[in-house]
Amino acid sequence: MLYDVKMTVNGAAVAGQVEARTLLAQFIREHLRLTGTHVGCDTTQCGCCVVHVDGVAVKSCTMLAVQAVGRSITTIEGLAAADGTLHPMQEAFREHHGLQCGFCTPGMVMMAVDIARRKPGADEKTVRHELEGNICRCTGYQGIVEAILDGSAKINAARINSAEA
Amino acid sequence: MHNFDYHRAASLADAAAKLKGAEDGKLLAGGMTLLPTLKNRLAQPSDLIDLADLGDMRGVSIEGDEVVIRAMTPHFAVATSLEVAAAIPALAALAGNIGDPAVRHRGTIGGSVANSDPAADYPAAVLGLDATVVTNERSIRGDDYFLGLFETALRPGEIITSVRFKKPKRAHYLKFRHPASGYAVVGVMVAQFAAGTRVAVTGAGPCAFRVKAMEEALDRSFTPAAVADIAVPHADLMGDIHCSAEYRAHLVKVYARRAVEALTA
Amino acid sequence: MGEFALGQPVSRFEDPRLLRGGGRYVDDMVLPNMAYGHVVRSPHAHARILKIDVSRARAAPGVVAVLTGEDWAKSGFGDLPTAGGKKRRDGGKMYRPKFPALTSDKVRYVGDPVVFVVADTAARAQDAAELVEIDYEPLPAVTDSIRAAEAGAPLVHEDCENNICFVHLEGDKAKTDAAIAAARHVVRRKFRLSRVYAATMETRGSIGDYDRAADRYTCYTTLQRALNFREELSATLHVPESKLRVVAGDIGGSFGMKSGVFNEVGMVLLASKTLSRPVKWTASRSEAFLADAHGRDNHTEAELALDERGKFTALRVRSVNNVGAYTQPGSDSGSYSNLGTLAGVYTTPAVHVDVTGCYTNTNIMRPFRGNGRPEAAFVIERLVDIAADELGVDPAELRRRNMISPDAMPFQTGLSFNYDCGEFEKVLDGALEMVDYKGFEARRAAARERGKLRGIGISYTIEKAAGPGFEGAEVRFDRTGSITLVAGSVTQGQGHETVFKQIVSDRLGIHPDEIHYLQGDTDQVFLGEGTGGSRTSALGGSAVFSATEKVVAKARRIAAHMLQVEEVDYAEGVFTSPKTNRSLTMREVARSAMSPKNLPQGMEIGLNANAVFHASRQNYPNGCHIIEVEIDPETGVTSIERYVVTDDVGVVMNPKLLKGQIVGGIAQGVGQMVMEEIRFDDQSGQILTGSFMDYAMPHAELFPHIDIKAMPTPTKTNLLGVKGAGEAGCVGALPAMANAMVDALSHLGVKDIVMPATPERVWRMIEEAKRAPA
Repeated sequence: MLYDVKMTVNGAAVAGQVEARTLLAQFIREHLRLTGTHVGCDTTQCGCCVVHVDGVAVKSCTMLAVQAVGRSITTIEGLAAADGTLHPMQEAFREHHGLQCGFCTPGMVMMAVDIARRKPGADEKTVRHELEGNICRCTGYQGIVEAILDGSAKINAARINSAEA
Repeated sequence: MHNFDYHRAASLADAAAKLKGAEDGKLLAGGMTLLPTLKNRLAQPSDLIDLADLGDMRGVSIEGDEVVIRAMTPHFAVATSLEVAAAIPALAALAGNIGDPAVRHRGTIGGSVANSDPAADYPAAVLGLDATVVTNERSIRGDDYFLGLFETALRPGEIITSVRFKKPKRAHYLKFRHPASGYAVVGVMVAQFAAGTRVAVTGAGPCAFRVKAMEEALDRSFTPAAVADIAVPHADLMGDIHCSAEYRAHLVKVYARRAVEALTA
Repeated sequence: MGEFALGQPVSRFEDPRLLRGGGRYVDDMVLPNMAYGHVVRSPHAHARILKIDVSRARAAPGVVAVLTGEDWAKSGFGDLPTAGGKKRRDGGKMYRPKFPALTSDKVRYVGDPVVFVVADTAARAQDAAELVEIDYEPLPAVTDSIRAAEAGAPLVHEDCENNICFVHLEGDKAKTDAAIAAARHVVRRKFRLSRVYAATMETRGSIGDYDRAADRYTCYTTLQRALNFREELSATLHVPESKLRVVAGDIGGSFGMKSGVFNEVGMVLLASKTLSRPVKWTASRSEAFLADAHGRDNHTEAELALDERGKFTALRVRSVNNVGAYTQPGSDSGSYSNLGTLAGVYTTPAVHVDVTGCYTNTNIMRPFRGNGRPEAAFVIERLVDIAADELGVDPAELRRRNMISPDAMPFQTGLSFNYDCGEFEKVLDGALEMVDYKGFEARRAAARERGKLRGIGISYTIEKAAGPGFEGAEVRFDRTGSITLVAGSVTQGQGHETVFKQIVSDRLGIHPDEIHYLQGDTDQVFLGEGTGGSRTSALGGSAVFSATEKVVAKARRIAAHMLQVEEVDYAEGVFTSPKTNRSLTMREVARSAMSPKNLPQGMEIGLNANAVFHASRQNYPNGCHIIEVEIDPETGVTSIERYVVTDDVGVVMNPKLLKGQIVGGIAQGVGQMVMEEIRFDDQSGQILTGSFMDYAMPHAELFPHIDIKAMPTPTKTNLLGVKGAGEAGCVGALPAMANAMVDALSHLGVKDIVMPATPERVWRMIEEAKRAPA
């Protein structure tokens, strides 16, 4: 049997029909054709599939599409500004060479934004610890960690500025 | 994943009824263990009954000398709860180190305790903090709850609604992470109550267990030295290619002592 | 265009696309009417197939085809190409078994493909795959190379005596034997170089798309060398290359693993031909552990002879290497093609190596980052430390004493490597200074105060890169003066697009945003070998550079013609002449080149050039890694406290990308040393590390910040003076990590360490050392 699902993805209302077993990651990739969200393992460990569900980082390979009904999802495609300007975290990943093959990158960036939100001012050790659910095989993590520290500082500085304004 | 039918429970009673009505139904809480199991086709339930809409099954409260965590509360909420941090900081710290940040956003205490994965963290807290597992039918003492590998005192159709942890005088939890999975190879909760000290271990055995010899020693003298030489027999412990039973037994000893050190420093 | 010039830390041009989720990996592609395949794999390491019954699977919902080895045999397609060119010890030809895409008589490893089920969705294909019934007669299995070569071991291929695939000998045996017999001091060790897995975050996948009307096959897949891939595919399918198009999109890492034509490529193409619709296969991670090639895996015995002054006089190495159940072209090359690294940066006059490659009931092997280099580096650099320990000499000093001096260049080592340049002692000193080597004992003592065992480990490694080989590149100006740059190289994350655009932009004065980079499509790329073996900067970069030189040469003639002068000067994209105040930009020349009226008599219209760069000699990147670790003696947990690298990879094209390559390689080397290992059950041959739940991948927390300093000595073996950088980090990390851990434990009597040096193993070594009589 098929289930009707409706949710908000990157600000737009979307709908579809899925099997109960369809994962949120599959719905995003195959039904919505937003292929930036990747799947790198089947044991909930690599983090390539991280998206935001109602504003928090979630592994979309370990959530059913039917569980996401009524929720608001942000994928990597929804992170940049409407005019195309990269999100400060995306910009930081570029600046600090936080990606090589790019496959873990969408999940890594979505987790990085989540870390910046939850742990403003986190030091290097904390950032490394916060990446326990994301695996990168190319970079050795150094560029990623530098990017998160820098991106996080910029995001939080902007947040403080806008709060003061 | 094999296919199944999906239901959302409208109430606790509805969940119980749907579970009863299904041929081989399973409750879906956070899904952090269940969904990977299904993805690898290691289980084939006929129906999943999702508890996500049961808002009253979510949240933390302090009731007397107990911290009550309702079953659908995600680990992240426990980890960041100011009430929990004030009452039992070790419990907040434990929740804040389960899995990884994304897992903590979805995984729930009810799911973890119901599943009784031998390498899960919460079982150490259930035993160590003299908790009571409350279901839609009854209350089960933590000491009577864990029966074996993925085996608990829950009866078919029984649904955990909350877990009530007793507030200790002081407690500390330490874990050794599995190098591949990140799960607890050994997790030790040392908690001192007026009635006595509890030392609960997860990860090492088929299910969480208490180390009575250490508890007695700590009751005599709450010092690191008291537990430093108490060996845990490894015959009943688990082993894998990364960490043998003998090594796990050794780590229990080291981590128990270090937990006491942290509490007495 | 100084901003993008070579040597600048330019941020990557491919990044904005990848960061927006705009990567186009093979699994992102959906073709109209596409079907999905699922592979039924052997659950046994070794078994005879008695019966295959696919009737229930064929009848399952959504199933459109079920293919077996019998279907493959009937199709007219052939077996997969196999490795060749080696001999056995008796001089006979190496043993080359047939490598069928789908096996029908016998399975030889857990994961060996038997049936391919195709359905309208991937889930339904997997559902139906469970309905395939196969009767097996299990046979005894062997997974370890040494056991495989023993008398009476199960035979992976029944007519392959002792499972021996080939024997490779290198160096001067008589000289080496004599030097060792006469030596004052000989250090001997056995090493186990573990089996590991590339574990690229993107698993492998392929789409087969056969166009019946045109009788042409298109294969979208994960690869490293598009044209080589097409050549091997042509040999497999018995179809001319002109009827094959191979297309690589973005590749989510490879490190050597994706470099072959795997079974599933044939399956999707046969299924597509059978069904006249595109068919996709994508490995799940659990499947990938069973289906992908693994790397390394040998047992080595080595001896290093020294004279009374501590000078190395000879090195003798014997190893027995695992080649898996089947071979493919190059799949066994890690066993023999990079042995030169054993000679190291030392003057050792006599070296001999004896390698035996053995078949086992395990996955096929392929190059994995370094492909023999890390294995060889580990052996020599561990031996040097062991010798230093036995002789009571400082390990840095023993290295210095034996290093080849810059005056001795070019230097022919006792093996195949002939070094053109290198200043090893300077680079060593650079690292010793960075880490404050002199201050180490104080840090060790301070750690002891905290109950930790601190150790320091040095490696100085050298490897060959880039060749000998060739690479192609093409620069095509379009009518508006923007550029399409076509490369034979294929990036899997290294950043080819950035470095190549830097070269083109810098040489031709066109902004990188107006250069389109194209790779990996055999219908577009005219020539090239592809990427692998740390070759792209040197060969691909030189090819791009050559193409720009040709463009500039032609553009000069056009500009001179248009400015009506004999000769023009060219700098930064602008043509000028002292004889006129007019000037022309490269873009203006490119546009003008589209009209014959602007061209000298007889000149071809257009401004395009292709070039092939051929290096007759490889280059030799080298460098020093120094690691400081602290071990918790109670738990055996090792933490890396400090990691410094001084590296000579020649001229640095982009320091940001160079660091990325080095650090990424280090992570894989350290991973192998402390946690990663593919393990099989000795008896059943079942894989014990079949998912990330059991195969330990390095996470961010394992590493400290790694400090890297480039200390280049440019090479003359290519146009840019660059040496390879892709593998260097991995090569140096393995031995440096081992040396640091042994150093931390040596006061307890620990002399050696096995990989992976897991906390439990370290703890046991400490416990055993405590129990041993002093």
